[in-house]
Amino acid sequence: MTALRHRLAERGIDRQLALLLPALLCVLVLFVYPFAYGVGLSFQPSSGGVLGAYRTFFEDPYQRDTIATTLGLSLPAALLNVAASVPIAYRMRGRFRGKRLMTTLLVVPITLGTVLTAEGLLNFLGPTGWFNRILPGDAVRLTNNYWGVFFSLIITGFPFAFLLILSYLSGIDPSLEKAAATLGAGWWQRFRRITLPLLAPGLATTFCLTFVLAFSVFPSAVLVGDPAGSTRVISIAAYHAGYEAYDYPLASAIAVVMGVIELVVVAVALGLRSLFYTGTTSSGKG
Amino acid sequence: MKRRITASPGAWIVWGVVAFFFVNLAGVIGSVLVSSFGTRWFDTWLPQGFTTDWYGAAWREFGLLDVLTVTLEVSLLVVAISVLVGLPASYVLARRAFPGRRLLYLLFLLPILMPPITYGIPLATVLYKYGFAGHLSGVVLANLVPSIPFVILTMTPFIEQVDPAIERAARMCGARTHQVFTRILAPLLVPGILAASVLVLVRTVGMFELTFLTAGPDSQTLVVALYYTMSAAGIRAQQSVDAMAVIYTSMMLVLLVVALRYVNPTQLVARVKDDDDD
Repeated sequence: MTALRHRLAERGIDRQLALLLPALLCVLVLFVYPFAYGVGLSFQPSSGGVLGAYRTFFEDPYQRDTIATTLGLSLPAALLNVAASVPIAYRMRGRFRGKRLMTTLLVVPITLGTVLTAEGLLNFLGPTGWFNRILPGDAVRLTNNYWGVFFSLIITGFPFAFLLILSYLSGIDPSLEKAAATLGAGWWQRFRRITLPLLAPGLATTFCLTFVLAFSVFPSAVLVGDPAGSTRVISIAAYHAGYEAYDYPLASAIAVVMGVIELVVVAVALGLRSLFYTGTTSSGKG
Repeated sequence: MKRRITASPGAWIVWGVVAFFFVNLAGVIGSVLVSSFGTRWFDTWLPQGFTTDWYGAAWREFGLLDVLTVTLEVSLLVVAISVLVGLPASYVLARRAFPGRRLLYLLFLLPILMPPITYGIPLATVLYKYGFAGHLSGVVLANLVPSIPFVILTMTPFIEQVDPAIERAARMCGARTHQVFTRILAPLLVPGILAASVLVLVRTVGMFELTFLTAGPDSQTLVVALYYTMSAAGIRAQQSVDAMAVIYTSMMLVLLVVALRYVNPTQLVARVKDDDDD
């Protein structure tokens, strides 16, 4: 018995690993089991055989098009959030007066959450809101359509992406860039050859997390969007199936489709980053 | 090291974009704030008069005391449970190498990488099946799903910063695992624990989807109650909805001020420390 314990301990298995058990149990009971249950449920619709629920979803254009709607909102929003954050964070990664205040202000929209942002956007961008009063000419319609939801994704997503990228950037050892500067590299070369490759994992993670936020857009799509038409996103379809039509198999099937699409995008992002990373390392050596 | 910002065109563009963002953000928040104090506000810059009546109305009509109590109960329970469960796990994941570690890490990462609606719908179905949903317990259980992994991820860098030699020294002196935890690690990890707790608190108070899917009439948190009053627009005066939104915002802002005493937002995922400025 002792011998076995020693041999397991050599491989890194001992009683200390029991500290993992509570967390593991929680994730298994509250995440893995319900998910498996949902997947199972999605294959047991009341009619139409094993794949009936999926067929219902994909054969009805009103349901199927929610995928394109969701991606049409969340991909541009996530890309814009990350793309805008990089130059801003790159310029602000040093120390300057008021940095703490600015990062504090940027946390505000994250904590506001989508519901409050929706309420604010309805007031601010609405036909008689301040934004349309400043703009000359006729009122621009910016709420209850695609743009309302898009702005709400930017307002909640941009600070999140910015703070993550800023923390990744300040995590990169500044002496590396100083060394490059000593060797005569200009700012673009330093950014391209030193910072960007080191930032690549952070960029990929930030994109994924921002995309998840944008992909699961639900309250703002209902409140500032046009939930029956141009912003009927996939989470609305899932909610309607489950809580208004009480068709749990269909709701689970939509949730599974959502999860799969989301994981595909995340996998593509992580795959691109690994391609990108090896590429720059080799060119650095060569 | 001092890096002065000189006014190159790039700097102007960057600061311009940031300023534009903040102006619009101020507009979004300000319009809710002004509207909540206004009497009648239709096609003018500012309301015709100002009043504080809407707050009283919102407080009575929406039963905000109960909602706030529920919000507080849910968030404190979620914070306490997720820290207690997440901290030991993050310690093992940060310090130990064992077969299946990467797989386990991925498993803990998944709930954060999935949109809440995706697992929220099957989770709510299961919680309804066992009678948890519709009560406080169901809301707490649902909110634990993203919170535990979040604690694990937040705590890992903090644990990695603690020198293992200190723990080994304690072990040499005869401390057992729980003694190492309570006497050595816990005091050193207080900043990390506070950071993780505050972040989980903010996330739970702001978490809409999971609470929305599992809450019953007596277990709504503030953000869900706000959503219901907004989507049932037309029944209530716009201003009393705004007043409720302002109450929610001020609660979040108080939390935020508390949070920022313990967390530097930029150091959330940073591993290497900034240069000392001299």
